[in-house]
Amino acid sequence: MIAEAGLAALWFAAALAALQLAMAALGLWRGQAEPVAAVRPIAIVQGGLAAVAMAALIALFLASDMSVRLVVENSHAAKPWLYKFAGAWGNHEGSMLLWVTILGLAGGAVAILERRLPERTLIATLGAQAGIALGFYAFLLFASNPFARVSPAPANGLGLNPLLQDPGLAFHPPTLYIGYVGISVAFSFAVGALVTRDVGPAFARAMRPWVLGAWIFLTLGITAGSYWAYYELGWGGWWFWDPVENASLMPWLAATALLHSVTVLATRDGLRAWTVMLAVVAFSMSMIGTFLVRSGILTSVHAFAVDPERGAFILALLAIYIGGALALFAARIGTVRAGTTFSLVSREGGLVVNNLLLSVILGIVLIGTLYPLVAAGFGVQLSVGPPFFNKAAGPIALALVVAMAVGPLLRWRRDDAGALLDRLIWPIAAAGFTGAALVVLAPPGVLPLFGLSLAAGLAVASVLPLVGRNLRRTPLFTWGMVVAHLGIAVSLAGMACDSAYTSETLVAAAVGQPVRVGPYVVKLDGIKPVVGQNWSALEARLSASRDGETMVLRPQSRYFSDPVTTTSESAIATEWDGQLYTVLGQADGQGRWQLRLWWKPFVTLIWFGGVLIALGGALSLVGRWRRERRIAAREAYA
Amino acid sequence: MRRLLLLLALAVAAPVSADPSTPPAALAYTQLRDPAQEAQARDLMATLRCVVCQGQSIADSDASMAGDMRALVRSRIAAGETPEAIRAWLVERYGDYVTYDPPFGAATWPLWLAPVALLVIGALIARSSFRRTRR
Amino acid sequence: MRRWLIWTPLVLFALLFAIVAGGLFKPADRVVRSALVGKPLPDFTLPPIAPGKPGLSSAAFRQGQPRLLNIFASWCIPCAAESPQLVRLKAMGVPIDAIAIRDTAPALVDFLRRNGDPYDRIGDDRQSAVQLALGSSGVPESFVIDGRGRIVLQHVGDIRADDVATIAAAIRDAK
Repeated sequence: MIAEAGLAALWFAAALAALQLAMAALGLWRGQAEPVAAVRPIAIVQGGLAAVAMAALIALFLASDMSVRLVVENSHAAKPWLYKFAGAWGNHEGSMLLWVTILGLAGGAVAILERRLPERTLIATLGAQAGIALGFYAFLLFASNPFARVSPAPANGLGLNPLLQDPGLAFHPPTLYIGYVGISVAFSFAVGALVTRDVGPAFARAMRPWVLGAWIFLTLGITAGSYWAYYELGWGGWWFWDPVENASLMPWLAATALLHSVTVLATRDGLRAWTVMLAVVAFSMSMIGTFLVRSGILTSVHAFAVDPERGAFILALLAIYIGGALALFAARIGTVRAGTTFSLVSREGGLVVNNLLLSVILGIVLIGTLYPLVAAGFGVQLSVGPPFFNKAAGPIALALVVAMAVGPLLRWRRDDAGALLDRLIWPIAAAGFTGAALVVLAPPGVLPLFGLSLAAGLAVASVLPLVGRNLRRTPLFTWGMVVAHLGIAVSLAGMACDSAYTSETLVAAAVGQPVRVGPYVVKLDGIKPVVGQNWSALEARLSASRDGETMVLRPQSRYFSDPVTTTSESAIATEWDGQLYTVLGQADGQGRWQLRLWWKPFVTLIWFGGVLIALGGALSLVGRWRRERRIAAREAYA
Repeated sequence: MRRLLLLLALAVAAPVSADPSTPPAALAYTQLRDPAQEAQARDLMATLRCVVCQGQSIADSDASMAGDMRALVRSRIAAGETPEAIRAWLVERYGDYVTYDPPFGAATWPLWLAPVALLVIGALIARSSFRRTRR
Repeated sequence: MRRWLIWTPLVLFALLFAIVAGGLFKPADRVVRSALVGKPLPDFTLPPIAPGKPGLSSAAFRQGQPRLLNIFASWCIPCAAESPQLVRLKAMGVPIDAIAIRDTAPALVDFLRRNGDPYDRIGDDRQSAVQLALGSSGVPESFVIDGRGRIVLQHVGDIRADDVATIAAAIRDAK
């Protein structure tokens, strides 16, 4: 019953999306008032219906309704309720339904909240959003029905992949999808603006909160994904340039460039073509990412659905949306009047350099990810991995860090190079001092040395815009910029420390044998069996001592029966200056147990920096919203 | 007590799928005594691909063949071979697939030149944003 | 903006689309093959593992007669599945030697008893050293070696009924 209701809601939502698109097209073409007036309410109801469908699917999972094929294939009655709930989107069909739900709700939110944009542009935007939604509804209804029944209903399901039975599943996919969908809204705005030839500050101000919101969630989603993989997979690494990881990074790079561009367009009416193009590129990257992860054309440890047939459907959608948008761009951008111009040494110039460097990194990641595929087409089998990406993108990323330090200190329109250099005294001094101190006290490799010195320079430079200002009257969005850039510096410092100072110890330890790792002495006290809700495990009790203080860690080797899998649950102790990461391996048959131990100084800065970046974005978002409200209030009283 | 035995049996039983039950090679899970050599070995292992895995380096995989490749790398480094020689030996047998660091050659020059090309093209495009310095 | 520049993104996208569409409709061969096909068999010597069967060395493949080298293990399920085909090849006159990967004597003897024994010699490769030296990426795999010790053909995976003819022909032509 619930499944049928969910499916019906999905069909209705799809029908409304078609209607929304038709009304928008009719209203714009013919200029008729009624279709135009209908678009907003339709968008709101469409979003609501999609949410009903998603709620139905979640209800089916929570109830472990084994007559629905998706529940059978991905769930099990003995699972903890959190993973039944999150398992609703821990598979291909459910995650696509989550996508259209967020898309529908976002469209409804635009319909309700957006008041400043000219009516025509808003209608064009909602029409574009309906077009995107329609493609995904079709995909769901014809190629990925989440509500398909199975008869006869089996007694129990196949269970959820144990690697996914983790709070990370409840957090990582929804945040990423909110990010991707937010970008699709920005894309709809860009298409709407191109269609109505209204590429200007008004359009940028309307689009900006959506870009910021999407970017915040993408940042959080990627940070969460990195940390989840770090503690779940048990190899102590946090990024592997894996195709699925790259698929989430590419939209983020484009969205970062877009978010800087849209501010220039909103406040200075510059970078018009860049902003529209970046909105299209960001959405293309999120769609290509969706495609790569689900189609099976690239091998990855994270790929969760391999289905070439569905891949073909997404490919078709890709061609229509992106090809259409790029053709529209080419046809219309020439008639969009160029914005104001500026000199090279200026804030706008710095932002162009920022766009350029981010786009180059994006290009490198895209080419590196797809290169093995292209080579295979020519019969050559090769692998492209971290050595390539680090060597190719690393230096450019460091150049970007310099640009990030310099940019906020530049004046708009035109600035003087000499004056700029004076402003940079403190950051340069900080970088130099840090580098020298490191070389003397704890010499790292060349690349981490650069990384840490630049991080110090960036940290000082990012705080400089606040110096000399009345902090209580500084706009919140300036604080946002400071915090976000500071977050990058913190994250970079964490990455460099992890790369330079991690120590690793592998040992087959007997009970009671002391093992050194970093500043710790670790002893295996014993192994005992433990049982969980749907797993059993062998748990090691480790005592780790440092400077007279001891703590206990309990890494596990876990066995699941539905499906039959073995996972290793690492035990991590977080201190102020790093993490002690412990993994239990196999017994060696002679009473000793394999232990893998890492001491990772300051590694948590990586993800703490990521959270800071997102926080900076949130401060900017709130700051802009408050500024808009104040302007609107002032205009109302004027 | 029975439950303990059952769980321990579970721990040491070989899985139903095709996996060897012989113990891993000595150097698969043991570090070399010389820290400098171990660091060399670790850096090399992080860039060699596990040929039986879904996209992992031999440093990150628990597959027994990955363990054997780690043992091979460590024993050769201990014997004094350079990482480049070991990588070349493996590439000779498995092709470029086994190295995550694609060698610069006829098949990969577009890959390695792409960053430079992108920078140049990007700079040229960006130049047009500044073309007129004064209004 | 210059006209050609405006259309470049669309062209680039078309190129990107062609690449991913190609990857989708012409799925790449995921099998990792040895790069030594056509090259001489690397030198190796392996001790025996099964009682009554000699160990294996590369010299055995330079005696002037093409031989089939089968890489297998008793813990490998497809290896059991391909045993009948190997027995058939042996009956057709193909000399077969084997390398047992990460195996133990009792398990191996039991495997041969249950599935048949077409092998002249079996080498004991406890740590996959020779497997790595050959560029083999799993079990089972079979190599056709010509009389002068050159690898002529690599068959990845278990030998199916329709593969028998191909392999027998390769052995014949390798003379």
